[in-house]
Amino acid sequence: MSDREVQLVQGNEQSIPVTQRRPPIVLVRNLTKVYRLGETSVPALRGVSLTVGAGEFVAIMGPSGSGKTTFMNLLGCLDRPTSGDYWLVGRKVSQMTPDELADVRNRRIGFVFQGFHLLARSTALQNVALPLMYAGLSRAEQERRARRALELVGLGSRLHHRPSQLSGGQQQRVAIARALVNNPALLLADEPTGNLDSRTSIEIMAILQALNARGLTIVLVTHEADIAAYAHRRILFRDGQIVCDEPVTATRSAQEELLQFYQASPTSSDGYRALPAEKER
Amino acid sequence: MSGPVERERQSQTTASTELLAQQARGRSSTQAPQFQTSPVERGKQLQRRREVHRGSLLVANFASAFESLWANRLRSLLTTIGVVIGVAAVIAAMTLTQGASVLIQARLSVLGTNTLLIVPGAATSSGAFSSLGSQQSLTQGDADALASIPHVVQVSPVLSLGAQVIYGSQNWNTRIQGVYPGYQQIQGWEIASGRWLNAHDELAGLPVAVLGQVVANSLFGPSGTNPVGQTIRIGTQMFRVVGVLQPKGSFGAFTQDDVVFVPFTAAVIRLKNTGYVDQIQVLVDKAEHVDAVQRAADATLLKRHRISAGSPADFQIRNANQLLQTAQQATQTLTLLLVGIAGISLTVGGIGIMNIMLVSVTERTREIGVRMAVGARRRDIRNQFLIEALTLSSLGGILGIILGLLVGWLMTTNFGVPFVPQPLSILLAFGVSALVGITFGFYPAVRAARLDPIIALRTE
Repeated sequence: MSDREVQLVQGNEQSIPVTQRRPPIVLVRNLTKVYRLGETSVPALRGVSLTVGAGEFVAIMGPSGSGKTTFMNLLGCLDRPTSGDYWLVGRKVSQMTPDELADVRNRRIGFVFQGFHLLARSTALQNVALPLMYAGLSRAEQERRARRALELVGLGSRLHHRPSQLSGGQQQRVAIARALVNNPALLLADEPTGNLDSRTSIEIMAILQALNARGLTIVLVTHEADIAAYAHRRILFRDGQIVCDEPVTATRSAQEELLQFYQASPTSSDGYRALPAEKER
Repeated sequence: MSGPVERERQSQTTASTELLAQQARGRSSTQAPQFQTSPVERGKQLQRRREVHRGSLLVANFASAFESLWANRLRSLLTTIGVVIGVAAVIAAMTLTQGASVLIQARLSVLGTNTLLIVPGAATSSGAFSSLGSQQSLTQGDADALASIPHVVQVSPVLSLGAQVIYGSQNWNTRIQGVYPGYQQIQGWEIASGRWLNAHDELAGLPVAVLGQVVANSLFGPSGTNPVGQTIRIGTQMFRVVGVLQPKGSFGAFTQDDVVFVPFTAAVIRLKNTGYVDQIQVLVDKAEHVDAVQRAADATLLKRHRISAGSPADFQIRNANQLLQTAQQATQTLTLLLVGIAGISLTVGGIGIMNIMLVSVTERTREIGVRMAVGARRRDIRNQFLIEALTLSSLGGILGIILGLLVGWLMTTNFGVPFVPQPLSILLAFGVSALVGITFGFYPAVRAARLDPIIALRTE
């Protein structure tokens, strides 16, 4: 473990709530979702039940149309189920009003998207502070916490850069910092490496693994089997149902792979750690 | 930092105790814990937390509005033009009409509220009316008859004609007025040098003249001669200058000081051989007697002109208050007209703002999705776009106020009207432009707020 990672773990211990021996983070029972397209109704989810405990790292896989995206939207409180129940950290969110859901998204859930989804005109710091703004924190507190989150993902020197001035990997780090800044109970990552090359993908997975190692619960949606191999548990969706739910037998370590990258070509990059200091582009 | 963590722990603890309680009651059909507080209670808690730093969200909204407007600055500027023109029109019109009415009031107050003006009626020719005063009906005898009415202080007939006035090599086209000596008191003229016309001048019909400042300057300015005592020619007649008047001021192209006064008799004998006068002016001792004197004068003239009751009179009597009212009505009509034009312009401007806000919402659909994903409520999104529309229209309002004042200043300076900016109308114009933004920005903002976060996030 590098110095930087030790720092990461020690420096932010308080920001991730201790979730041992607590109710499950995600508790889903018989969740269904039916989309109505004119006269016909299309069932996207047909009774999904799932429990995700605190500190788990779950990869959700499945072909397109399997319902994994719909399930992700429900987990993220972006949508409401047609039937069934969903408790997030002991709170029943499946019947909440849109405003209540907005608040749950704000405080309990962090999103990381494939396309980063940063605000183009805002700096890294402003992007990360966005959830805190809607949480009603003072400006000083917003900036303090956003700065810490960016330092955590190794972008302490890029606070005032706009997304267009950052590499894809750096943009995804900003997105991760934004997802972490409000101390969520659950991090939802939707194809977080879909737009990145394999090397940067491993870097991002290393950050997610490092965060998970400190107790953050992560649910990752991906269609790439080798990305899912970084998780501890793999769930396979097909036709709106879970067809397979198994532990990942040989979990890959992004940290070690980065180290191998570094040893193979020491001059190519200075970063083999979870949070490498990236070069200026 | 410990605050949220503490809350987190509490809610988890309460949830798990609830779970235990449920299991104890044997309701283990669902193993899930229930949130213990009621939705109302929960809503209150959220509300309380949200309201702590609303200000920072508001500031951020304004900052983001400015940022977004600046990013599309040409588009923003073009959008505001409707509002700019509307507000500028109101401000310029108000400035001009205010200046004009201040001037008119000042002039009429010089004329005095105690003055009656009698003019001949409109001439009728085969039933068609010509302009007022075109008829020849008033005589010097009428004027003299009015002098015997109680409370009348002074009466003077006025005979007006245009003529060329010549002194040496200088000549000037001006207005000659034949008046009684009492006219000085009626109109409040003051002497700069020399004297006013006296009773002897009038009785003898002496060829003497009192010059207005403009005429005196035109004729005697170049040579630097003292006008008093000099002989000038009015038309074909020689007149001796006995006095020069203090200036009274001007209204644009029209100046009161471009005038020559001569004795009424002299004017009749030497300049305009007629039995009729152009107007009769009457000075009443007190303002409260004006109405009574007006009625008495009306009766006297009707009797002298042998006009029976019910027939149209061949003269009109006006007092300063009526003139003031007429002038105010005219400016009010003008103001109303301009406000109407401004209203149309502001409506068009508002529709422009609505249009551009709809475009902005469509362009930023994904941004809205991101904001919703990280916890923006519908009203947060709505307020963001409302504030953007408000900022846009208010900027238009401010630009319009500046432009309007500039145009108003140019116009008033040009017309010689005092420049009187009205703080109230400026404030009102700003308020109206802000209102336009809110009104026309509402629909786009509500549309943004109603977006489905999932669809918004998926938009490219």
